[in-house]
Formats: sequence, C-alpha cells, structure tokens
Amino acid sequence: MQNSNANVLKPHTRILTFLAALAVFVVIFVPIWRIELVAPQYPEGLEMFIHADKLSGDVPIINGLNHYIGMRELHEKDFIEFAVLPYVIAVIAVMGVLVAIVNRRWALISWFVIYALFGVLAMIDFYQWLYNYGHNLDPTAPIKVPGMTYQPPMIGFKQLLNFGAYSIPDIGGWIMAGVGGLLGILVILELVKNRQR
Amino acid sequence: MSYFNFKTGLMSILAGSFIMLGCKPKSAGSAASGDAAQKVYVAPGEYDEFYSFTSGGFSGQVAVYGIPSGRLLKVLPVFSVDPETGYGFSEESRPMLNTSHGFVPWGDQHHLSISQTNGEYDGRWLFANENNTPRVARLDLTTFTTAEIIEIPNSAGNHSSPFITDNSEYVVAGTRFSVPFDDENGDIPIASYADKFSGALTFIAVDPESGEMSIDFQLKTPPVNYDLSHTGKGPSSGWFFFTSYNTEKAHTLLEVNASQRDKDFIMAVNWKKAAELVKNGAGRKVKAKYAHNVFDTKTHTATSTMKDEVLVLDPEDVKGLVYYIPCPKSPHGADVDPTGEYIVGSGKLASLIPVFSFAKMLKAIEGKNFEGEFDGVPVLNYEAVLHGEVQKPGLGPLHTEFDANGNAYTSFFVSSEVVKWNVKTLEIIDRQPTFYSTGHLTVAGGDSKSPYGKYLVAWNKISKDRYLPVGPELGQSAQLFDISGEKMQLLLDFPTIGEPHYAVMIPASKLVDKQKRIYDINENNHPRVAKGEEETKIVREGNKVHIYMTLIRTHITPDNIEGIKLGDEVYFHVTNLEQDWDLPHGFTVKGSQNAELLVLPGETKTLKWTPDRVGIVPIYCTDFCSALHQEMQGYVRVSPAGSNVPLKYGTGDKAPGGEQNL
Repeated sequence: MQNSNANVLKPHTRILTFLAALAVFVVIFVPIWRIELVAPQYPEGLEMFIHADKLSGDVPIINGLNHYIGMRELHEKDFIEFAVLPYVIAVIAVMGVLVAIVNRRWALISWFVIYALFGVLAMIDFYQWLYNYGHNLDPTAPIKVPGMTYQPPMIGFKQLLNFGAYSIPDIGGWIMAGVGGLLGILVILELVKNRQR
Repeated sequence: MSYFNFKTGLMSILAGSFIMLGCKPKSAGSAASGDAAQKVYVAPGEYDEFYSFTSGGFSGQVAVYGIPSGRLLKVLPVFSVDPETGYGFSEESRPMLNTSHGFVPWGDQHHLSISQTNGEYDGRWLFANENNTPRVARLDLTTFTTAEIIEIPNSAGNHSSPFITDNSEYVVAGTRFSVPFDDENGDIPIASYADKFSGALTFIAVDPESGEMSIDFQLKTPPVNYDLSHTGKGPSSGWFFFTSYNTEKAHTLLEVNASQRDKDFIMAVNWKKAAELVKNGAGRKVKAKYAHNVFDTKTHTATSTMKDEVLVLDPEDVKGLVYYIPCPKSPHGADVDPTGEYIVGSGKLASLIPVFSFAKMLKAIEGKNFEGEFDGVPVLNYEAVLHGEVQKPGLGPLHTEFDANGNAYTSFFVSSEVVKWNVKTLEIIDRQPTFYSTGHLTVAGGDSKSPYGKYLVAWNKISKDRYLPVGPELGQSAQLFDISGEKMQLLLDFPTIGEPHYAVMIPASKLVDKQKRIYDINENNHPRVAKGEEETKIVREGNKVHIYMTLIRTHITPDNIEGIKLGDEVYFHVTNLEQDWDLPHGFTVKGSQNAELLVLPGETKTLKWTPDRVGIVPIYCTDFCSALHQEMQGYVRVSPAGSNVPLKYGTGDKAPGGEQNL
C-alpha cells in the first residue's frame, strides 16, 4: 500500500498535469514561433509565424526578397513537419491526459522524458532548417556577398545585410516552454515527496 | 587698385540703396511673426494634421497638400491625361475621358466637395467639377483615384458645381453660360439670348451605398450666368442657393453690359420639394447626349456609356419652389453659415456684404413680400430677407467660409486681403493682407455644419515676387493662416499647381486608416490578367497581338518576344504581381507614341503600341522598384510585314534561345 501510495501523484500535481496536457492541445492552433524582420525600407516590419501545420504572415513578401540572395522559397509543402507535427503534438497532449487518468508517478516521469526529447528534437530540426535555408544558396543569385550566410538566429537577434532578424517564441512556443518547465518542477516535487517518505 | 575702387564704389551704392529702402513704408509682406515656423513644422516622418484637396484649375487635376506644412502630397489625375501614371493613355482608363464630344484630354477643374453625412464630412468621396466640357467626377478616397465621371447636358461652363447636400443626396451643377438646350435649334442669332437661351441647374443623385451618380433632374431657368452655390444646413437643409449674375441678359461685352444692375440674384431652390415632384412624375424627358464613365475596381477597367435622355423641370413645374433674393452686385460666392440660418452673398463689385436670414426668407415667401418678378419667378423684397450688411468690408468680396465660433472669413480679390467678421453682429474683427489677390479661401471644414477651424488657406491668383522667379510664367500662391486666435496669423506661403480655385480640408484622421495599400490580385477580374508567370502568354488575333505580361522584382515575363510584325497592333496587358505596399512597377516600350504605365501591386493595365520600324525594340520598368531595377528589361523583335518569324517568347530558360543561359 505504501509503495503504491508513493507512486500516486499528489492531487495538485494531477490537476496541473491535466491542465498542462490541455495547454499542449492549444499549441496545435496557435503560432509557435515568430521571425520579425526590420529594414530601412520596412519600418513597419515583416513578420512570419510558424504554426504546427503552416506558415503565416508576410511569407510571399519575404520569399520575394529572398530571391535576391538566392535563398529557397518557403513553401509549406516542402516541410514534412507541417503534415505530422499536429498529430505528434496531439499524441503528446493525449499522453498528458492519460498521465492524469493513470495518476502514477512513473507515467508523469515518462511523459516528461518524452516531452523533453520532443522539445530537443524539435529545436534540432528547426535549427537544421534555418541552417539549410541560410547556407544552401542558389549560386546564380544576383547578390553574392563573399563569406556571407543568411541563417536567421534560432532565438534572439541577428543582422542579415539590410535586415535585422528577430526570432522569438510565439504563444505556442511559450506554452511549450512553460509546460516543459512546469513538468520539470512537478517531477522534482514528486521525487522529493517520495524521498521524504 | 582699380579693383578696390570698384568695390568701394559698389559698397557705397549698396549702402545708398539700403537707406532708400529704409525710407519706403514697411511692406506687410514681411509680417510672418515669431512662432510661425514652429506652427508649420512637421518633423520628418510625421504627418500633417489635414489633407487639403485643392483644385488644379486649368491643369484639370486635383492637388493634395498636407496642412500645415503646405507639402504637395500628390497630384490626382481627374480630367486631364497623365503620362506619369498612364491615366488617359492606358486602354483601361481612356473611357474615363470620353464625352459626347469624343475623347477630351484635358479639363478646367474649379471646385470640390467632400461627401457629407448630417452636414459633416464623412470622407468617403471627393467630388470635382469640370468647367469647360461640363462634367462632375467622383473620386474614391480609399485609393485617391477617379472612380466616375458624368457629363452634364444642356450646360456650358459647369462653374456652379459640385456642391453637395448635407446627406450627399445630390451634387449640383449650375451652368455658367446659358445656351439653347441640346434638343433645341442652336443655329440661331446670338442676339436672341434673352428669348432663346436657357440656364440649366442640374441635380445629380448620388447612390448612398456605391456613390454612383445619375442625373435626377434639371431645372430650366431664364438665361443668366450661374456662378456658385451652396446647400442649406440644419433648418435650411432642404434648400439650395445659387448666385446668378448677368441678369441684364447681355450676350456681348459682359464686362460692361453685365455690370449695370445694382443687384443681381441669389436663387433659392427648394430642392427637396423639387425632388418629390420628380418622384411623383413631374417634368418631361428631353433628348440629350452625355457620357457616363465608371471605373470598375475589380476589372481595373473603365466603361463609358452614352446617355440619350434627361428629365427637365420647366419654370412652371417649379412654381413656389424657386425664388430670387436680390443681391448686390454680380454676386460670386453664396455661402451658408454652420447654423444654416445665414446666407452670405459676395457681390464681386459690391462695397458691402449682405447677409440674408433664412427664417426671414421663409416669412417673406409666406407673406408674399415680393418686389417684383424676373421671368415669372418671384423676387423677394431685399429688406425683408436681409439680416444685415457688413459695412466697408473691403473691395471685391468673393468667398466666405466659417469657423465654429460664429465667425466668417471673406476673401477680397481687389483689396487683396482676408477679413474676419462676426456673422451675427456683422462687425469686422480682423483683416490681414494677402499676396496677392485672393480668389477662394478655405477654412478646415468651413463649408460644413461643424467647421474644424484652426487653419485658413487663401488661394491667391497672383504670386509675383513671392518666390524665386522662374521666367514669365509663375506658379500661383497659397497662404496659410492660423485662425485659432482672435487675430489671424500668417504662417506660410506655398506654391501650387495649375490654378487653385476652391479647396476642401479634412482632418487626416478621417482618411489615414482607410487607405488601400495594394489591390488584391485574387480579386483582379481583368479579362486579360495573368495572375502568375505561368499564366503569361501571347495571343495573336489577326494583326492584333495581345501580350499577357507580368512584372515582379525584378523581371518582366515574357522579356524576349519574337514574331511581332510591322502592321501589328500590340497590346501589352501588364499585371504587377507584387502584393507589397509601395511597390509599383512601370512599363514602357521604346518609341511609345502613347505613354508609360504605372502599375500598382495587383493591378493590370494595357499599353497599346504600334511598331513603326523593323528592328529590336527595348522594353523596361520605368519605376525604380528595387536594387535590380536596371536589370528589369527585355526586347521585342519586330520583323517585316509578311515575315514568317514564329511567335516565340519567354523569360530566362523559357526565352527563345534561353537555354544558352543555363
């Protein structure tokens, strides 16, 4: 009995886990990341939003500008991620709900590990794309600056020729980060609780 | 040494002339005072407080200035062709300038009205008159482009126009010249003016949703000259007031012959009752010929329709709806104050300004207080209608506008000044000289029920020494006054295009947020649009060659074209594929006998070109669109008539022989 008790989640952990799972669902429907571009000719700025399933914002305008430096055009169909990501996120969210139902510590820890892995993989994938777009330039591009690459920052600011690029999480990204942090804390608390017993 | 002598001599001459200048009375022209610079300074990147839509006079266009900076923001093509944008040259826009006289490439644009709701500017449309070939235009204030032009039959010199009622029900067009009506025999002696000529007052109905104009009815009146007009407001809102001169009915040397009577008339028309009569079937249909031109923003194309009939109300139809108010002398402006009670007549040869009372006018009509008749129309008793006279206001009053505090501002051509006076007390409060000879003046919102006040601009007819000289022909001059205080303060001079007559000023906040930035290419229904490079093509129909062409940074598709022959008529249907703000592309072809095109994002325009020689003919983008603008070019190969060079075209590797580039 004692053993099984130690394995059961604290009531508030259970509730928070459930809410976290719901929050992950939300990520499917809101932008996850945003890239803002500012240039002398674009004082009003250009914005691109990355969602689980699509790109939005000033994508055609950004594509139009990128052709000068020979960057490939951004098209949703080129990203397998947009086809699978909503389902992956949904599965992760369902897992969270299951954790709340199963109400066991091992389940929570497993979910946290999977969640963290997903987060890391997603960031690696995102970095790959940024790297590829920034480096694989059309050799016949009109504008070639020796040694210059155009990889936008993953997070933060970088000057790319006349454009200043800011890359920051949007609502979905903040939710993902917040849920990750929350799960980490919950796992630690659960582990501490166990040790105290 | 002689050099030094020369210099000393020059110095003493200069010193002498300075002393002499010092003796001359100080010119008021240097009277711009203290903080004037600060008041007109709009810092880089900041916006003006008001738009001033200013008539371009004989340029035929409308100029848009920012106030208080006086900066020219844009010249809007309305009645004259504009090679800069292709207006009047592109196949799509040519029908806008069609008239019953055929294609007319220019106009004489005098007055403007902003559409109103409840007597206040609603900022939807701008109406502009054309004096010479009588027309009224409507401009869309989301795009600042001409949306519609309607011709006015039975008229000549459409001067008393385009004044508007306070819910934009009607825009009026009063004729300056009386003429025989279009359905009457015009091959008659000019000396039969008094018997055979008529004046037309045209009421153009404005569709409350689309703004589309149609002539609802015309009043046929005795032969006089109509000069200006304004609608009533508030209590007088069902009435329209038209100034008329030449009640002498002179047909020659009007300078003298039309200046004989001490009083001419302001004609008061109960337009609401007249409109009701028309609804109930009054009037007769009269044969006429006039053009109605409408620009469709979806097809980006204008169509011109020739109308053949107009409804005319004869004097006997409108008995009891039309009265004359005697007004000294050869009145120009008829202006109604914001309360709608006072009507100011500005007799351009009068030495006083009469102010009439609308309430007294109604009373005089009711009491049949007439001093006579003019061609069957009752003339009201002057004293019975008069609120009072402004004594010794100045010489040559022309126009009056109002602020929200019960003050009137009148322009004086002859004495070259602006005079501020109180409408109720008729007392003169302030007078300021203008440089020189003001025609119209504009107070922000000064013809509406709720004037914004703050600024007044005097639109002067003579500029002489006000700017750096530029040869014998000088621009005209506008002068900005701050009218927020008791005294008017001169702030700024700025030169204008054409000849500004009237202007209207609207707060920028009423227009800024509804400005269109691009045309949505998905809504482009032009019959020959190419919505992407894959839709570009060339279609030969006999000797007519239709090129479906696209522009995007920084290439033209197709940019290599072969198979054009002498004797062909080539139509470049050019679509700008950009969907970004402020990214127009231009297009032209060497030797274009037409013009260039300025194609806005999402728009399609067509340039007609008839090759006149065999050879290679360059085409290029005329608007510096991007860093590679100078690369945005192409070639057309023109072969002799009957040549069998095949039609081939493309850009890059699709160009004829383009594989070589790979």
